[in-house]
Amino acid sequence: MKRNIILILIGLALALWPLGGYQEGIIILMCINCVAAMGVSILTGFTGIFTLGHAAYMALGAYTAAILTVRYGISVFPSILAGGFMAILVAWLIGLPTLKLTGDYYAIASLGLCEAIRLILENWQSFTRGSRGFPGIEPYTTRGFAVTIFIFLAIITFNFLESRLGRELKASRDDGVAASLMGFDTHKSKMKALVISAFYCGISGALLGGYMGFIQPSMFDMMKSTELTAVVVFGGLGSLSGTILGSAAITLIMEYFRDISQYRMLIYGLLLVIIMVFRPEGLLGSREIWDLKMGVKK
Amino acid sequence: MLELHNIDMFFGGIAALHDIKFRVDDGSLTGIIGPNGAGKTTIFNIITGVYTPTAGSVIFNGYDITNMKAYQINRLGIARTFQNLRLFARSSVLENVMTAAQNRYVNSYREEIFSGNMTQKISPNLSSWYSFVESCLHLGRWSRIEKTLKFSSMQLLERVGLHDRANQAAGTLPYGMQRRLEIARALALEPKLLLLDEPAAGMNPEEVFELNDLITGIHKDFNLTVLVIEHHMDLIMKICPRIICLNFGAKIAEGTSEEIHNNPEVLEAYLGG
Repeated sequence: MKRNIILILIGLALALWPLGGYQEGIIILMCINCVAAMGVSILTGFTGIFTLGHAAYMALGAYTAAILTVRYGISVFPSILAGGFMAILVAWLIGLPTLKLTGDYYAIASLGLCEAIRLILENWQSFTRGSRGFPGIEPYTTRGFAVTIFIFLAIITFNFLESRLGRELKASRDDGVAASLMGFDTHKSKMKALVISAFYCGISGALLGGYMGFIQPSMFDMMKSTELTAVVVFGGLGSLSGTILGSAAITLIMEYFRDISQYRMLIYGLLLVIIMVFRPEGLLGSREIWDLKMGVKK
Repeated sequence: MLELHNIDMFFGGIAALHDIKFRVDDGSLTGIIGPNGAGKTTIFNIITGVYTPTAGSVIFNGYDITNMKAYQINRLGIARTFQNLRLFARSSVLENVMTAAQNRYVNSYREEIFSGNMTQKISPNLSSWYSFVESCLHLGRWSRIEKTLKFSSMQLLERVGLHDRANQAAGTLPYGMQRRLEIARALALEPKLLLLDEPAAGMNPEEVFELNDLITGIHKDFNLTVLVIEHHMDLIMKICPRIICLNFGAKIAEGTSEEIHNNPEVLEAYLGG
């Protein structure tokens, strides 16, 4: 309860603080990135499945929402949800065969998925306008809207991770054999984690489209995918607050160095190396931020 | 309660088990002994569905569970602990027990299976559970059910003497405590049959003594059928009325502790003749 109130206060501060257009843009971007990172965190941090292709789900969400609003004139909210469900559908199809196997097969499949989706979007010119990009999206992602969705998703994510499903996911992360001998169908557990995480990324992609007003396939390449996973590792695997902090920090740092944009990736890489050397478990390890002072959980 | 019929298990060309047959009676406390590599843990893995035997069948309460998946077998009421500890190391001690306790399926579906109406899909009775939406918003039945779950898990932890460690990460517990936590976690499933795989491994004599009491205690109090694999002969001789002895993947003897104690084949297996 205390946590929900704090999150809502943070949300109000982010939404109502009087800021210029540029800072407002950064906040929107931060919220969008956090939503996607939370999705990856559920899968990688809490279920232990590595992914290198979650930008694909963002692309699906972005294009679904864009095409529905621009071409078919469907209103914004249903279109964003449709983007999320599109991501769920594709995730389900990919997860069905790959998550049955133990090992990092999903990571490899996700690499392929990411490229395949990007290439489809680039080459299906009649539908997506290909690499010229898809312009004219109504700028529906206002600051208030982005913050509301981010805070809402953050609250429900914290909540369900503290419930039946959260324990189920952590069980299959920590020991798949033990989980299945505790009566969990681990394939199903992993599928649940994957579709939920895909949904978050789909929503995030749809919000990104509504913020930029223009999307193109190259926005959702390998780079974006690895960035999402890197942010989660950076924040600490198994810590949702770590993921949110990490994602916000990386967004800010990347913005700060926009002037020297050719060195951005260099700085980004250096930062990851430093973190991995000095804190291999990530910023917060597998603890949440309010558990830090207790020091009981490893 | 449990019957193994002519179980063969091959790994490639190696026969890990050959023609194993025995039965475990309802409410009994049976021990399995044997030198290293005799195939004791393999038997557990076959019963719990981690492996499917090359030949033979496993019957649980009259129902053939040979080809069922591990989680399905577990849902029928078979729980186990592991020789090489498989706790959810990054979760807290309490969470470990709660994770199992949330799968304590309402008995109705088990009864359905035992009365012969086995459906292909074994699914738990979820009507007494909160839904995903309730868990997202922490509304409705969420707080009541979580509270009961926490309470019953704490009781189990008290039973094994770990209640003051409830919030510690399971992976940071000392070895002996981790073993006891595994027992608590298995009990949380409210099984009918409990399989203990070397529960005393790595324990000092004092801890083994306590474990003695714990095993006989839970056997009585939880109305369980227990099957124990053990190396500590004195432990098994003391608590198990019936003992099965394996060597090189075959059953060489079965009987009361005295019969086993005086069996020449068992002596040969253990002392090399």
